[in-house]
Amino acid sequence: MSRFRWLAVLAFASVLALGVAACGSSSDETSSGGSSSSDLSGEIAGAGSTAQQAAQEAWIAEFENANSGVTLSYDPVGSGGGRDQFIAAGVAYAGSDAALSSEEGELEKATKRCGPGELIEIPNYVSPIAIVYNLPEVEGLQLSPETLAKIFSQEITTWNDKAIAADNPGVDLPDTRITPVNRSDESGTTENFTEYLSEVVPDVWSYEVSGDWPVKGGEAASGTSGVVEAVTAGEGAIGYADASQAGELEVAKVKVGKEFAEPTAEAAAKVLEESPLDKELSQGKYVLAYELDRETESQGTYPIVLTSYAIACTRYSSASEAETVKAYLEYVISPEGQKLAAEQAGSAPLSAALTKKVTPAVEAIEAG
Amino acid sequence: MESASQSPRAGASLLASSVGGGILPGWATYAVLGGAAALSTAVLLAAGAFTAALTLAFTVLVACVAIYAWSRAVEGPRRARDRVMTMAIAAAFGLAMIPLFSLIFEVAKRGIPGLSLEFFTSDARGVVGGGGAEHAIVGTLMITGVAALISVPIGIMAAIYLTEYGTGRLRRALTFFVDVMTGIPSIVAGLFAYALFEIFLGPGIRLGVMGSVALSVLMIPIVIRSAEEVLKIVPAHLREAAYALGTPKWKTITRIVLPTAFAGLVTGVMLAVARIIGETAPLLVTTGVIDSLNSDPFHGRMQNLAVYAYNEYRSPGLMKQASYDRAWAAALTLIAIVMILNVAARLVYRRYKTEIR
Amino acid sequence: MAQVDTTTNAGQLLAAASGGRRRPGDRIFSNTATAAAVTILALLAGVAIFLVAEGLPAVTAAASELPGGKSLLDYVAPLAFGTVLAATFAALIAVPLAVAVALFITHIAPPRIALTLGYLVDLLAAIPSIVYGLWGIFVLGPAAVPVMRWLEEHLGFIPIFEGPASVTGRTMFVAGLVLAVMILPIVSAVAREVFSQTPRKLQEGAQALGATRWEMIRMTVLPFGRSSVISGAMLGLGRALGETMAVTIILSVSGAVSFNLISQANPSTIAANIALNFPESSGIAINLLIATGLVLFAITLVTNMGARAIIARQNRG
Repeated sequence: MSRFRWLAVLAFASVLALGVAACGSSSDETSSGGSSSSDLSGEIAGAGSTAQQAAQEAWIAEFENANSGVTLSYDPVGSGGGRDQFIAAGVAYAGSDAALSSEEGELEKATKRCGPGELIEIPNYVSPIAIVYNLPEVEGLQLSPETLAKIFSQEITTWNDKAIAADNPGVDLPDTRITPVNRSDESGTTENFTEYLSEVVPDVWSYEVSGDWPVKGGEAASGTSGVVEAVTAGEGAIGYADASQAGELEVAKVKVGKEFAEPTAEAAAKVLEESPLDKELSQGKYVLAYELDRETESQGTYPIVLTSYAIACTRYSSASEAETVKAYLEYVISPEGQKLAAEQAGSAPLSAALTKKVTPAVEAIEAG
Repeated sequence: MESASQSPRAGASLLASSVGGGILPGWATYAVLGGAAALSTAVLLAAGAFTAALTLAFTVLVACVAIYAWSRAVEGPRRARDRVMTMAIAAAFGLAMIPLFSLIFEVAKRGIPGLSLEFFTSDARGVVGGGGAEHAIVGTLMITGVAALISVPIGIMAAIYLTEYGTGRLRRALTFFVDVMTGIPSIVAGLFAYALFEIFLGPGIRLGVMGSVALSVLMIPIVIRSAEEVLKIVPAHLREAAYALGTPKWKTITRIVLPTAFAGLVTGVMLAVARIIGETAPLLVTTGVIDSLNSDPFHGRMQNLAVYAYNEYRSPGLMKQASYDRAWAAALTLIAIVMILNVAARLVYRRYKTEIR
Repeated sequence: MAQVDTTTNAGQLLAAASGGRRRPGDRIFSNTATAAAVTILALLAGVAIFLVAEGLPAVTAAASELPGGKSLLDYVAPLAFGTVLAATFAALIAVPLAVAVALFITHIAPPRIALTLGYLVDLLAAIPSIVYGLWGIFVLGPAAVPVMRWLEEHLGFIPIFEGPASVTGRTMFVAGLVLAVMILPIVSAVAREVFSQTPRKLQEGAQALGATRWEMIRMTVLPFGRSSVISGAMLGLGRALGETMAVTIILSVSGAVSFNLISQANPSTIAANIALNFPESSGIAINLLIATGLVLFAITLVTNMGARAIIARQNRG
């Protein structure tokens, strides 16, 4: 009986201790590590794209270090959820892999949400999408867009197919079955990849562009990690995933123009630089939605790219909210912020030219 | 009767003589198992297809056939059937234990590298690509605690209704719908809780207590079911004795029935808590994601171990292995919490169990 | 004693004779209990109303308005098929295994360690579903690949093993196995409870007549526990039908409708489909997903009603 008593006392005491520790550290006034002379305070919530999640976590961490009075959060509910919550004024800012569309009136609704202020939509996260594969004897695989499309539409079924051999002269290809791996969940990565295929080789890839993978019968995995794990586990598998998550998997080079390009951060950023604004979706002074030039053939570019946007308003009703959002977004687009994202999430830092274009949008944020 | 008190050997020989024939020696089972193992190993090695799993499977198969043949020859067909079925059932139990040990081994193996003092004592606020999971641990305890606070009183009262008061249509409806409630997909419960709070508090709202409400929807049917079973077992004569002494019904229930069933009720509650503590899907849509510690369920987002583990797996950042380690460590912590609660429940059961004569 | 207790027959007679009143304590308590019962029904009604209200726009919308251009029926049929397939496969494996486990613990294992063994099996229920998902991908999947290859080679003429075997192991076969492990503790707990309560007279009677242990089990324990085992199986089936996280993580879903268990093209389940698509959905797509949730609700209802019918027939016959 006394043994039970001791156990109960111990359990109770530990729960109590945990509770006291919790209460002690949850107040906003405690200074936690890092010296900060900032007087920003309050709680700001953002939501949206899962692709940006790792980067947002890193940005939030550094920002909270410098401003101990603020608590930021980012819900990786997905781009659709993020846009919805932003329009409904549930969050202060959103991250979205796709620009606000004009089809369902998203653009108008978001502009309306920003009330007397203007809508802000700027690219803040650029990441190359790598083609990863698992073929133990083959390194440095090269693929042209047609071959790539045929592989993923399951027209090509074995690795020693003529088309693949043509792209890789002199390489010994095994007759292993190809297992194409795609995303089972709706994703911005899928949307960007299918957009590339349908723009560059429309005669081979005639499927509709969407976040849902259109071809049935392939191996499907949930999340970027799922795709990477699936390709790692299956010999002969090939998939598309955020380049930063490729890990130790081999990455294929894709033909751009006459050269075969690797998915590097610089190459991805260059594509965005050379792309024009999408006129239909860029209605608003600070709305910069890009129509990526996927058919680019210039050297040093890699057109299979995911561009993710930050959506905010230029006016917020509360002064502290406006100040905090402004300071946060300033940090996000700054060279330090972009460098942090590159280190922690593997994204491509915004080029200097692009940073110059998006800065006015952030500077325009004010209270009111 | 003699058969119960005599030694098993005497009873067995009694049995053997009744079905005719001799009886296998006591070491028969072990001999057969050993022989089958040796045979399987030899054959598979010779065929070049040796793996632990295959050997085990072949051993069991060969042993079953061998024991049946041997027993049938010596003891007769009925005894042989008995032996082979016993072996098969034991093998089935072993089979069922394999995933359990594999799970615990794998989670421990992958989770221990992620554990550290930091894991338990600091949250992830202000730490780039790392940090502890204190906020997740506190969040899990808080959300589950509030869910239990909501579910247990309602569930037990409803079980009391079913066993003590219920008649007619309401009772039948409740019984049926409790069954149905056990099949609600966890994510639907989450969406429901979100929609409920959205009506009153606007869109995009994320609170710890929303997660508790979602978990309650999943927890209540389990509490009711097990409480009902336990309350039914309380003998009628205890209640009748109380009524005969003039005790009012409510006092009978609270002073006699509930204390008698107390141990079983605690076990039922623990079962329900174990079921919901690892639920991820409903919490993904209700409690939000946050790095900082928050112990107020009524204000702001709250992290919890299940969502924390899922996030670390889904979006690992560049330090992939470290994130995976943290995900497994969170899973290990979850299992440890449930095991502690289970042990506590068992202790309570043993301490408060009332022997009913 | 001025007050009369009206819960006994004598008391009621007396109370009726004296125009009796019920004690306030009784009234409050019984009303609270009834209120709890009504609250739960209201909660369930709330969930049902939520599902119907949010799902209705998808039911009434034309096929062209829905994402993917398919009508609700076309969209949900493969999902319902996948849900039932996965759950049935899991139950077919789990229920016999659970009965065997329960028999082992209650009748074969030495009584001293039976309690510990029971605790071990219950531990399976303590493991979070996300851990099952991760275990499925990282451990069971790769381990199952050679098994599936063997099945394709030697039993490929049976439609369920048609193949080609997936190279990653993320198939309905593995998902079904994981679901089976998840529902095993539920079914075995119910079975253990009822097997241990088989009347000793029945069991000892059989033994006195000279039955071997297996014969005794077959003649007394199993028939006695049949309806409870079915009820437990239904509980497990309900869990398997609604399981979200493990299936979401493990299954390679390709929308194909087939009985092929070992290939990479598998139908999704309703719950997993909601989890996979909800984050990126908005507008009518969300209504569509919730409408599928309604369908799952209906499937669970039908399963439960069927189980109750079976049990009623068992008890009568």
